[in-house]
Amino acid sequence: MIQIDSLANLQVGERARVASLLSRGSMRRRLQDIGLIEGTEVECVQKSPAGDPVAYRIRGALIALRSEDSSNILVASNG
Amino acid sequence: MIALAGNPNVGKSTVFNELTGMNQHTGNWPGKTVTNAQGTCTYRGRPFILVDIPGCYSLMAHSAEEEVARDFLCFGHPDAVVVVCDATCLERNMNLVLQALEITNRVVVCVNLMDEAERKGIRLDLERMSERLGVPVVPAAARSHKGLDDLMDAVCRQLDGKDAPSSIQVSYIRPIEDAIAMLQPSVATIYGESLNARWLSLRLLDHDDSLLRSLNDALGFDLLEKEEIVRKLQEAKQCLHSRGISQEDLRDQIVSSIVRTAEKVCTGVVVHEKTKRELRDQKIDRILTSKWTGFPVMLLLLGVIFWLTITGANYPSELLSEGLFWLQDRLMDGFIAIGVPAWLRSMLVEGVYRVLAWVVSVMLPPMAIFFPLFTLLEDLGYLPRVAFNLDKYFKKAHACGKQALTMCMGFGCNAAGIVGCRIIDSPRERLIAMITNSFVPCNGRFAPPHKGETNPFRGRTQRI
Repeated sequence: MIQIDSLANLQVGERARVASLLSRGSMRRRLQDIGLIEGTEVECVQKSPAGDPVAYRIRGALIALRSEDSSNILVASNG
Repeated sequence: MIALAGNPNVGKSTVFNELTGMNQHTGNWPGKTVTNAQGTCTYRGRPFILVDIPGCYSLMAHSAEEEVARDFLCFGHPDAVVVVCDATCLERNMNLVLQALEITNRVVVCVNLMDEAERKGIRLDLERMSERLGVPVVPAAARSHKGLDDLMDAVCRQLDGKDAPSSIQVSYIRPIEDAIAMLQPSVATIYGESLNARWLSLRLLDHDDSLLRSLNDALGFDLLEKEEIVRKLQEAKQCLHSRGISQEDLRDQIVSSIVRTAEKVCTGVVVHEKTKRELRDQKIDRILTSKWTGFPVMLLLLGVIFWLTITGANYPSELLSEGLFWLQDRLMDGFIAIGVPAWLRSMLVEGVYRVLAWVVSVMLPPMAIFFPLFTLLEDLGYLPRVAFNLDKYFKKAHACGKQALTMCMGFGCNAAGIVGCRIIDSPRERLIAMITNSFVPCNGRFAPPHKGETNPFRGRTQRI
């Protein structure tokens, strides 16, 4: 079954595909520039010691996102 | 004239320096090249002007760097464009390559950092990629000057038109293509050959204001005052609207199409094997940023650097001050010998020289120790991990984790720290980092107590 959830709830080691970007404005464009569009696979790699930000692997690059930004990204995972 | 474009941090400036021999300083923060740097080189008897344009991820002008880069590609009329890519994340770099190809097909792709990719177990089928893109793709490792002759050969061929330029074109969804088709003929008649009409039409549809400004400057008249263009643009936009594509959707669709095309170009080209080294790197990463070991390791590392800087600087400081003040006495003797009046020699020697000597002996050693150590951390890739670890706490103060790095730099020199603030994206967080940086005592200002013991003013007999 496919579950839609926010990227912020992805646990370390899990993978999911982007279902939709909710962020607007410059953040949306920055995310698109790094190749984060619908259908892009994202892997949660590592949480920082304080739990936020979290590092994700996006198209081979390691990107850290704050929870306020990652919660604006909806992902679909086979759960 | 050749333009050198590329994402930030792909070794673009290294390529530039290796080709031109000009020692343009390479930095490791984005947007280092804020304006275009120029250099010249001669290859096989042909003179070239190389222009290093700012590093950027896209040409859609979200930032000042992207604007400068785009303007140069559009209106600087380079004869060829070399897009430098990072072999370790080629797919991401394709975004810029494809956008450059939309503007001109005189493109040579230079895949730099091949050595690093090899170490990471990434194998690339660049011939296949070159076939797909329709432009030459040259592997290189600029740091060790590998592949740069091949690059210049490819550039020469591209300039001579020997490589038939039939490059890949990003295709968009039907409604957008239709809208472009409506606009393109009239744009072509007005702007002619010098700029790609298809690309320009797309930008008009996308309402790219900053491009319009630059365009109007370059043309000398307002494109949007041309009735035909305005009419066609209106029609095309209505056509898009009637098919349910809003301005925001259009932008999304354009970006997605480019990213998907990049994906297609790279499938089968990039083969990634997990190497032992990479697994080891991942393990180290986990230790450096985990909940229990992240902070202790960070404090230890930064602590060691400070200890080395402060304690280590003492010895050369002492030597320097002894040497320089010994020289001061000799200078004084010399001035007395040639009969310089007392007021002048005390001004020059005890004023100018002594202050200079004092500053040099106190400040030079810690800087000479601190900055190389800091650079070492930077090259090891540890600094982004520091920002990653600390971001949450900085966020509580409405600042950015990267400020930890600029503050560390501030311990070396506040000027360097403030310049480094440009790595922070949000303008507000950047301003906070810049203003508060001066509260970090730089090594000229934090005077450890033992420095007083080397005070040359004490116990010195004044010789006049």
